[in-house]
Amino acid sequence: MNTRILEEAIERAALEAITRSVIYIPPDVKEALKRIYSEEESESSRSQIGAILRNIELAERMKRPVCQDTGILLYYVRVGYEFPSIKIIEKSLVNAAKVATKTIPLRPNTVNPLTGRNPGDNTGRYMPYINIEFIDGDILEFTVVPKGGGSEYVSVLYMPPPGEGVKAIKRAVVDAVLRAGPMPCPPTIVGVGIGGGADIALHIAKKAACLRRLGSPNPAPELDKLERELYVALNELGIGAMGVGGRFTVLAVHIDYAYRHPAILPIGIVFQCWAVRRATAVVEPNGSYKVFQ
Amino acid sequence: MTVFHLRTPLQVEDVRKLRVSDVIYLSGIIVTARDAAHRRMIEHLRNGRPIPVDLNGGVIYHCGPVVERVDNEWIVISGGPTTSARMELYEADIIRHFGVRLIIGKGGMGAKTAQACREFGAIYATFTGGAGVLAANAIRRVVKAEWLDLGIPEALWILEVENFGPLLVTIDTTGRNLTEEVIEMAKNRRDEILKKLEAI
Ligand code: SF4
Repeated sequence: MNTRILEEAIERAALEAITRSVIYIPPDVKEALKRIYSEEESESSRSQIGAILRNIELAERMKRPVCQDTGILLYYVRVGYEFPSIKIIEKSLVNAAKVATKTIPLRPNTVNPLTGRNPGDNTGRYMPYINIEFIDGDILEFTVVPKGGGSEYVSVLYMPPPGEGVKAIKRAVVDAVLRAGPMPCPPTIVGVGIGGGADIALHIAKKAACLRRLGSPNPAPELDKLERELYVALNELGIGAMGVGGRFTVLAVHIDYAYRHPAILPIGIVFQCWAVRRATAVVEPNGSYKVFQ
Repeated sequence: MTVFHLRTPLQVEDVRKLRVSDVIYLSGIIVTARDAAHRRMIEHLRNGRPIPVDLNGGVIYHCGPVVERVDNEWIVISGGPTTSARMELYEADIIRHFGVRLIIGKGGMGAKTAQACREFGAIYATFTGGAGVLAANAIRRVVKAEWLDLGIPEALWILEVENFGPLLVTIDTTGRNLTEEVIEMAKNRRDEILKKLEAI
């Protein structure tokens, strides 16, 4: 297999994944939005969910980004130990980000945090963000998540005294949603990461919010139960779509955990707005690929 | 909830009869303005200099549009709202001095703006956050762009719209502020919810 051909295949797959992700809301999310539209009783909130659904339809029809904030690009990569070339992955993914910025187009969002300099192509130090894990086999799989600023703005880390245990987790989640109010464009998916360290808690919270499909059960039964409990509790706050009052403030709560140091209980909370952007590509060693949501 | 179809320029009587939770579909002229444009409007006001748009009976939209220039014409590709809270610093003065009747944005605004709405006869309406294509679809044409030196998202975009909406009224002229009421209510429910969760 010629590396050059494989490189081009990865770039094409990434470009297609970015394009799909910013135009089409994944089917699980669309379904959840339709469900709450039919179940919402507040007319104010319903007007907002209705507008969201019309917007999603228009974006599909006109092939335009569903939200003007096309975010910063995050890649979650899983690569097989036997995949022919690891070296070419990063370069191809970065190139795809540059090309996508021009062709779709994406809003050039990445800026230097201190000087404000904007390279104009959604790249920069650590950008696009590429997270790589190794897996068995010979395929390359990655999910691209263009993450908007509004929902990231209200994401938080709590470090309660560890003795407070699950009570602290529940309080942290309720307070984060309360404090976020209308800012993250509710209805949102609330990602919660428990344990690890400060960085690990936020990392797994973000993956839980942005990557996990709606409707998929949590493999840990006690966390599945906690997710359902929190889902009901958060929606009892009554904040509603866009904060105009209603039964649905969150679409789901997704929790993940890591083993922790006994002296700390980090709780990372990351919000994903209704405009969930994600698409996954699988690239075979021969350069054939498929993209799905 | 009543649905209104309004056309600019808006009269003070038009907006005084609107109430929280009413829905507007708006046709006519709207002007986008974000932080930098608001700041400059206030500076011009202080220095006694005119601004390049007539906002009397007018509409301000908190939005930094994504635009494209095709054959010498600007086209808005996407134009969802930005968070209005950042404009709280300026909006009351702008309502008072320029005769703005309708502010559109997302996330609602604070007590100072609500007070100015009541006093001078203006309202605030939410347009759905993230609904950039829906907004762009209601824009018939870009009439003009002013203050382009502020950068594309921060410039004043004067847009002709048709049936732009749904715009949900969340601040009316009676002093009601729906978003604040909703958040206040949520805060009041917090302890009871945490008790049910056995978290306090
Ligand atoms: S929070 Fe999400 S939906 Fe709202 S403007 Fe940002 S990216 Fe778009």
